[in-house]
Amino acid sequence: MLLTQQSRPVEGATAAITAVAPPPRTPRRRGTRRLLGLAWILPAVVVLAVFVYLPLVQNLGFSTLEWDIYSGSQEFIGLDNYAKLVGDPIFWSSLGNNVLYAVVSLVFQVFGAIVLAAIIEGIRSDRWRRSLRAIYFVPSAISLTVAGLLFYFIYEPNLGMLNSALDAIGLSAWAQPWLGQESTAMIAIIVMSQWQGFGYSTLLFAVAIQRIPSELYEAASIDGIGPIRRFFTLTLPLVREMTGLMVIVTITGAFQVFNEVMVMTSGGPNNSTQVLGTWLYRNGFVRNDFGYAAAIATVIFIITLGIALVQLWLNRRRRVEW
Amino acid sequence: MVTRLSFAGVIARVFIWTFLLCLVVVVVYPLTWMVLNGFKTNTEIFGNPFALPMQWNWDNYTAAWNRGVSNYLTTSILVTVTSTIATVFISAWAAYGLTRVDIPLSRTWSTIVLGGLMLAPTVALVPLVKMFQGMGLYNTFWALLILYTAFRIPFTTFLIRAYMIDLPREVDEAAEVDGASRWTAFWRIILPMCRPIIISVIILHILFAWNEYLFAMVFTSGTDVQTLPVGLTSLMSKHGTDYPVVFAGMVIAALPVVILFFACQRYFIKGLADGIGK
Repeated sequence: MLLTQQSRPVEGATAAITAVAPPPRTPRRRGTRRLLGLAWILPAVVVLAVFVYLPLVQNLGFSTLEWDIYSGSQEFIGLDNYAKLVGDPIFWSSLGNNVLYAVVSLVFQVFGAIVLAAIIEGIRSDRWRRSLRAIYFVPSAISLTVAGLLFYFIYEPNLGMLNSALDAIGLSAWAQPWLGQESTAMIAIIVMSQWQGFGYSTLLFAVAIQRIPSELYEAASIDGIGPIRRFFTLTLPLVREMTGLMVIVTITGAFQVFNEVMVMTSGGPNNSTQVLGTWLYRNGFVRNDFGYAAAIATVIFIITLGIALVQLWLNRRRRVEW
Repeated sequence: MVTRLSFAGVIARVFIWTFLLCLVVVVVYPLTWMVLNGFKTNTEIFGNPFALPMQWNWDNYTAAWNRGVSNYLTTSILVTVTSTIATVFISAWAAYGLTRVDIPLSRTWSTIVLGGLMLAPTVALVPLVKMFQGMGLYNTFWALLILYTAFRIPFTTFLIRAYMIDLPREVDEAAEVDGASRWTAFWRIILPMCRPIIISVIILHILFAWNEYLFAMVFTSGTDVQTLPVGLTSLMSKHGTDYPVVFAGMVIAALPVVILFFACQRYFIKGLADGIGK
């Protein structure tokens, strides 16, 4: 029956308690009570419906419009904005930059971070372990905006540290306007974001490594397994769950990049550092082409939703616990 | 455990430590440079980027403070505190409703609330701007409070829910026998039991709200409603040639979270691990 208690391990005890609990509830009162229970989730559901889900649906609608904000006229143009997207070279180069971001971040912030975390956790001195983890994390505690501005100045040709450092070690020939030329600007931004983010993922992998039972390592050392083999046969498989999560988080993050590009180059020079987020911003809020911006937003939506669904599917498949 | 050090072992160890310490320099040096530049004069910055400041010049900090940073800081604190409170309460209520109250269509509601986790804020940007302009909330403190709360509810609820679901059932039943209302049971019993995860979600939310840039940049323009991340870029475009002041502003913006991290490192690390590990 609908109104029976949900089955629980302590069914008997529960039944006994409800039997004593005054006053006995009539089915009707229980029904109202269940409805009243909805009050707990009401604020969350309302806020999400109005400010997260509704705009999402509206965005799909917007992407089919030709929207002139000066006259306020809106004209339905079907999939024309998407057709424009396909023929827009900067859309493709933006997408390419997001992919490059994802690939570099996977190398440094996932694989590099696992190696670094394993090295740090292999240090005997507890104080060194803690200090290194903390120091490496500091760039992640300062915001991407501050880190971005800092690197903007580091790359700056006149006062920047990087060119001066190259000068000092006799490599003046290598000095260049890092953010000012198309060939180096994107890489320069990505390098900054690796600097800012590697400590964060290293910290998380360190936590995951700490959760590995130490007996496993002792057994490995008794068996005479060296540190490199131990890393591949023990550490790597046992932090697999964290690795999976970090891969997803890193890729999703790479397709939402906005802050650092906006602060350092705003997408320039000559649109060479545009990513999907900044290209959306430029079209929507600088050129006021809302329909086209909404179409770019839909692409970001599909990519990030796709990655999230893959994560969900992976989570269902494996639940490794030690 | 004593290991015999072979020659190769020593070399490997020297190599690893050199690498680790180089990495420390790579991290610490730019940060030190930023702090030092906040004390220099413009001429010194252009002169020799590696030199120490001639004198410790606090004027840049006062200048930055007076040119808007005090406003940005106030807004940042206000937005961070209010949105943390709103997000944590709304999410804790939702988590309670989804895990410990018998409500109709419980699974559907869970999907709706947690499904928000998969949606990127960028996607809703254009319609949100239209909506907030229509409601007269564009370029106000409320826009940021609402957005920071709305877009963090799914994540925060997800974490609190995962914790609440593991609390024993008997707790609620005991409360009911004692005649406690659901409301009392939540505030007096369940919420206090969730303390560890609440601390984690507070830290994660502070880190988010303090550093958020996209919404802050798109939804605010005036000095009196801008938060630090956006304020810094305005400071930069307005006084871009006065570099030491910009550096001083950057230090002021970075310091609170760095201090928070070192002051409660244990909670911080646990919070980050909870945030990703669940």
